Amino acid sequence: MAQFINMLLIGIGAGSIYALMAIAMVLVWRSTRVINFAQAGMALLSTYIGFELVQKTGNFWIALPLAMILGAFFSAVIEILLIRTLIRHSTSGPVAGIVPIIATLGLLGLIRAMIGFIWGNQDIQIQPPLSKVGFKLGQETIALSPMNLLVLLTVLAMVLVLGFIFQKTSLGLSLRASAYSPEIAQLAGIRVGAIRTIGWAIAGAAGAAAGLLQTVNGTGAVSPDSLEFSLLLTFGFIAAVIGGLESLPGAVLGAVVLGLVLACVQIYISGTFVFVVAFALLLLVLLIRPQGFIGTKAGRRA
Amino acid sequence: MLKKHPLAGFSLFGIILFILSNRVDELRVFQGATVAIYVIAIASIILLTGYSGQVSLGQGALLAIGGYAAALARNHWGAPVWLTFCIAVLAAALGGYLLGIAAARLSGPYLAGTTLALAIGLPSIANQFSIFGGEQGLLFDIGAPPASLGENFSQYKWYFWIAALAALIAIYWLRNVMNSRYGRSWKAVRGNDVAAELAGINVGRNKVLAFTISAGLAGLAGALLAMTISTVSPGAFPLALSFSLATGAVLSGVTTLGGVMIGAVTLVAIPEIVDTVVSRFESSESVANNLPGLLVSTLLILTVLFVPNGPVEQLRTRREHRAKK
Amino acid sequence: MSLVVKDLVVDHGAIRAISGVSFTVETGKLSAVIGANGAGKSTLLRTLSGLNKATAGSAHWGEHNLLQGKAESHVRNGVSHVSEGKSVVAELTVEENLDLGALWRRNKKEAAETKNQVVELFPRLGERLSQRADTLSGGERQMLAIGRAVMSKPQLLLLDEPSLGLAPLVIEQIFQTIRGIVDSMNLTVVLVEQNAMGALKIADTAVVLNLGSVATSGSAADLIADPAVRAAYLGY
Repeated sequence: MAQFINMLLIGIGAGSIYALMAIAMVLVWRSTRVINFAQAGMALLSTYIGFELVQKTGNFWIALPLAMILGAFFSAVIEILLIRTLIRHSTSGPVAGIVPIIATLGLLGLIRAMIGFIWGNQDIQIQPPLSKVGFKLGQETIALSPMNLLVLLTVLAMVLVLGFIFQKTSLGLSLRASAYSPEIAQLAGIRVGAIRTIGWAIAGAAGAAAGLLQTVNGTGAVSPDSLEFSLLLTFGFIAAVIGGLESLPGAVLGAVVLGLVLACVQIYISGTFVFVVAFALLLLVLLIRPQGFIGTKAGRRA
Repeated sequence: MLKKHPLAGFSLFGIILFILSNRVDELRVFQGATVAIYVIAIASIILLTGYSGQVSLGQGALLAIGGYAAALARNHWGAPVWLTFCIAVLAAALGGYLLGIAAARLSGPYLAGTTLALAIGLPSIANQFSIFGGEQGLLFDIGAPPASLGENFSQYKWYFWIAALAALIAIYWLRNVMNSRYGRSWKAVRGNDVAAELAGINVGRNKVLAFTISAGLAGLAGALLAMTISTVSPGAFPLALSFSLATGAVLSGVTTLGGVMIGAVTLVAIPEIVDTVVSRFESSESVANNLPGLLVSTLLILTVLFVPNGPVEQLRTRREHRAKK
Repeated sequence: MSLVVKDLVVDHGAIRAISGVSFTVETGKLSAVIGANGAGKSTLLRTLSGLNKATAGSAHWGEHNLLQGKAESHVRNGVSHVSEGKSVVAELTVEENLDLGALWRRNKKEAAETKNQVVELFPRLGERLSQRADTLSGGERQMLAIGRAVMSKPQLLLLDEPSLGLAPLVIEQIFQTIRGIVDSMNLTVVLVEQNAMGALKIADTAVVLNLGSVATSGSAADLIADPAVRAAYLGY
């Protein structure tokens, strides 16, 4: 029983962080039809900036929002300087569709190298702001520490705020209309170019939060070649695909499902198989229900 | 010469390489072997992306399959060297076939993401099963060069001969495949798969075939790579390898095999340049660690921005433009 | 204010879609643009709303140069375009589609009034405000598209084939609504139509396009009476 509860806690905890990454990928995909593999690099950069801010301010809860704002800023700059040009240029030619995707790979490498230059290739260590010792349930220590709980609540708050923005505000309506039908949005007077940049900016903020929260929730250590961030990218992508790649609630749900499945494998089978299962899940979804659990048929037009 | 008598051209090129290999130092010979291996690996991406319109960002994973298969065959069954390479090709081709079945039904972003996930995950899987030797990996020793080649025939020259011969044969064969019925079908599928389907081409089967052949080539490259470093380990096939190969393919121009040397030579030249820079300026460790990545990534971004179809294709279109005027 | 198009030329890559089209539409008039498939009707409209780029010529709505700036800025100058094929966002609700048209308007009170007007004009939409747009029938979607355009408070309305794919009875209804909007709101409308007869019946003036050029133009009544137009476009 305790094991089962632990599985749920670990799964939801990991899933909540994948959810932020998945949201970032979905937002970028919806606004520019690009899978942004540099998202991991951008999250990594934001995490390093968060590390500096924690050093300077001494307070993680000031550093987190600041790092998210800077993450949003970098993301917007990348959209304006690189992605816009690429999309405008790559309308013709046999490899037109994949050029932006390849460019984001280049960007990932570039960001990692620059981090290496600035901060070196050794691990840096971010102190978790709260205790990571699990709560006690009777005699048993469960897999939920004050840190875990706060990460969960933070992600939940972020998802709710995003949901509110998307469903209830003019900006949200502009973002959704531009994603589903850019031409009609344009005809309705929405400045689609600016909305795309905003989509990228929000994604940058979500990615930054994912990076920082994953780091303090885990070992606290980061390096430019961190496998954790590559896996965060992969799991974020898988979660987004499970959710249909178009839908934000889908991305969140996909992330929680993925988190739970992986926690289940880790606890009941073996940590060795986590990646195999994640990959199998990805293939399974793509082959059986490519529009995702939540996405509509039209979602896979790409 | 290449156009009219391709076989003669390739043979001549091989002979030139053979003569050259006797006249340069060991380091250059080793670099030559690496170039040959990259040529095969990049050609496998070009075949896939440029000719069939499929994207694989995880070619490193297929190289890893080839490398591990070769090492296992050699260590467990004591297979002769030539057979280990064949096994590497077959094993990777099988992996590619399975991937191709899935890939035939996936479009751009899904395929790119799936293959990237494979490249990220596969080495770490190899890490966790004892048969693959964990972090240390497995030894892959093809033995000393045959005595008949003389006492002065170095190990590296032996590697170079094998790799260069494999590359020549692979490219020659691939060139013929591209000009065959299959090559034309792939181009048609890349152009417009609905139109190709209507023209009677079995799009799904063609995509799977392209994936299988591409993976086979990647497997060969993987086994050769393992040969030159005498081991296979997760660290030998990092994500950076997949990125480098993708960069090499983009630099070469994914639409034609003609530029395949450009990417391969660039990939080998970059560490060389970095070494020179580091020793000349006595730079710190962080420069040595990060300059290669910086150069590769910058090149990749500049290429997709300014010559997305590669330099060879760019020159060709420019020449055609001029001819028209 | 009037719409003045002079010697407009539009290219689609190497193909010339519009070659030297000129016409004028006076304020408060409904002008039909008719012609066969591929005559350049949609291209003409897409150029006027900033979706396509013109090669040469000029197009003005009053003082406002229609060939400059993006589509989104035209809306702010009173030009609304309903593109071909029920231009609604299927994934949004009916109300969200309507709100979309008024997003750029600063005065939210006025926008709310316009919404009431639109709902009065199309009571069917009023009953379905919270439904997703893709659950509507073809005719309702067309109404929603027009309603969305009206939400932008246009002076010039560009309509691209509102009758496309609709049943004859619904077409009749849509055409009557369009005429009604022109009269009640004092709008200027350019109506591109394949259904030449229906369009000519409600139009004040008309332009007949053939292979990218003006074949003939004049008052709608004259064109209906013109034997050449009847034979070529009206089918009798």
